[in-house]
Amino acid sequence: MKKYLLAVQFDESVPETEEETREQMARTGKVTDEMKAAGSWVFVGGLLPSHASTVVRPGNGTTTMTDGPFAETKEQLAGFWVVQCDDLDQALSWADKCALACGRPIEVRPFDGAAWA
Amino acid sequence: MDIDSVYRAEYGRCVATLTRLLGDIGLAEEAVQDAFAVAVQKWDDEAPPPNPGAWIVTTARNRAIDRLRRESTREARHAQALLLHAPEEPKEGGPVRDDQLRMIFTCCHPALSPLAQTALTLRLLGGLEVAEIARAYLVPEATISQRIVRAKKKIRDAGIPYRVPDAAELPDRLAPVLTVLYLVFNEGYTSTSGELLRTDLCADAVRLARALAELMPDEPEVLGLLALLLLSEARRPARVGPSGELVVLAEQDRSLWDRELITEGHELVRRCLRRAQPGPYQLQAAINAVHTDGPATDWVQVLALYDQLLRHSPTPIVALNRAVAVAEVHGPAMALASIEELDLPGYHLLPAARADFLTRMGRIADAVAAYDEAIAWAANDTERAFLRTRRARLTRET
Repeated sequence: MKKYLLAVQFDESVPETEEETREQMARTGKVTDEMKAAGSWVFVGGLLPSHASTVVRPGNGTTTMTDGPFAETKEQLAGFWVVQCDDLDQALSWADKCALACGRPIEVRPFDGAAWA
Repeated sequence: MDIDSVYRAEYGRCVATLTRLLGDIGLAEEAVQDAFAVAVQKWDDEAPPPNPGAWIVTTARNRAIDRLRRESTREARHAQALLLHAPEEPKEGGPVRDDQLRMIFTCCHPALSPLAQTALTLRLLGGLEVAEIARAYLVPEATISQRIVRAKKKIRDAGIPYRVPDAAELPDRLAPVLTVLYLVFNEGYTSTSGELLRTDLCADAVRLARALAELMPDEPEVLGLLALLLLSEARRPARVGPSGELVVLAEQDRSLWDRELITEGHELVRRCLRRAQPGPYQLQAAINAVHTDGPATDWVQVLALYDQLLRHSPTPIVALNRAVAVAEVHGPAMALASIEELDLPGYHLLPAARADFLTRMGRIADAVAAYDEAIAWAANDTERAFLRTRRARLTRET
């Protein structure tokens, strides 16, 4: 089994109504339930917008802290799932469901498999 | 049989089988190359074995076991265990063919970029060297080699599976496979630069399309693609005149066409028609079948097929090709009107078609201007020369 990150990309400049958010959460919740039932689910989480983000950057043996995310791009990370799958095709089929459920692009990225913890 | 032709014919098949046995394309390639290195020495003294492909697979497998024994990583031990317990290879048939089919779908996986798909397919299935692929696509060797390395790494790291997609996924997954073979053929048929034809690429595309049709004889679009390639390939000898100039369909010497390929192509088109599940490749094949049927083209039938094709794939290129049939059936004015709205920036065949219609309508000055535009955009020397000749004919007459 490989672990994959399904990262939700989000354009923060486009506002969203409370109604839209509720509907989207209902849809994505269903996909998460499906993942759990299929034994693919590892983790899911939503993130606060990038205004709440801080970057700690190493340099000259010390670190500096800056406000905001890494790059000045429109698309930000909004939330993510971690799933375990046999291969990329299986991860892609989950990504398909996630993209349709939340109406946003999903980046599929494998974990490196190293023992980080 | 000399070793070069064995290599061309067997490399892809052997790598595909070894990939299944070893679970890794890179290891499989190394093993197959090792085996060919042994063959070069061995077959110099004695005749090659009756089934050189099977010999290469066995030798590669043994070489891979040796290589893995020398390495002591966990992955190596795992791969070695897989290999030692793998059943002996059958000589022909089922599993070997399935290996190649798996490989096609892995190489053309939609998670890989189009150039990577093409380069991998030519390398791993066509047995072309990196240098040959680079020459064919007129990009530096380093670029192709980088793409291939990156693609193989992605296949391994992202876990792109080595399997034939199941029925539900197949339509989506088959499309890039067909596109890759079609693009390889097209690049050979009308090269994007330099000379008009790169016959070796055409031959590679036909070879791979034949293999695909053999592997998937029940997929009408696969048969359609093969028919399309065969019928285009059949006309190739007549497409270039004695001094290397482009000869248009209407002026081609039909006796130069390859009758055998045409017969085979027509038979495939008939097989498709019986299935009655038309798709873009089958329709294009049918159009080519009409072109190659009898002493002259039945343009009414061609136009009807283009109408159907345009419904299937409403692209500006299809609309442009359809306009040629419109001109034959309804005259140049209607053809010109049908392409007025088309947006194909930098595509030389649009102004070239416009120039042809304008010429036939007697609007010579406009036609000359359109030819100028087409000449400026044409990518290969032969097409440019053809357009210049056409343009020169106009200015001589006025």
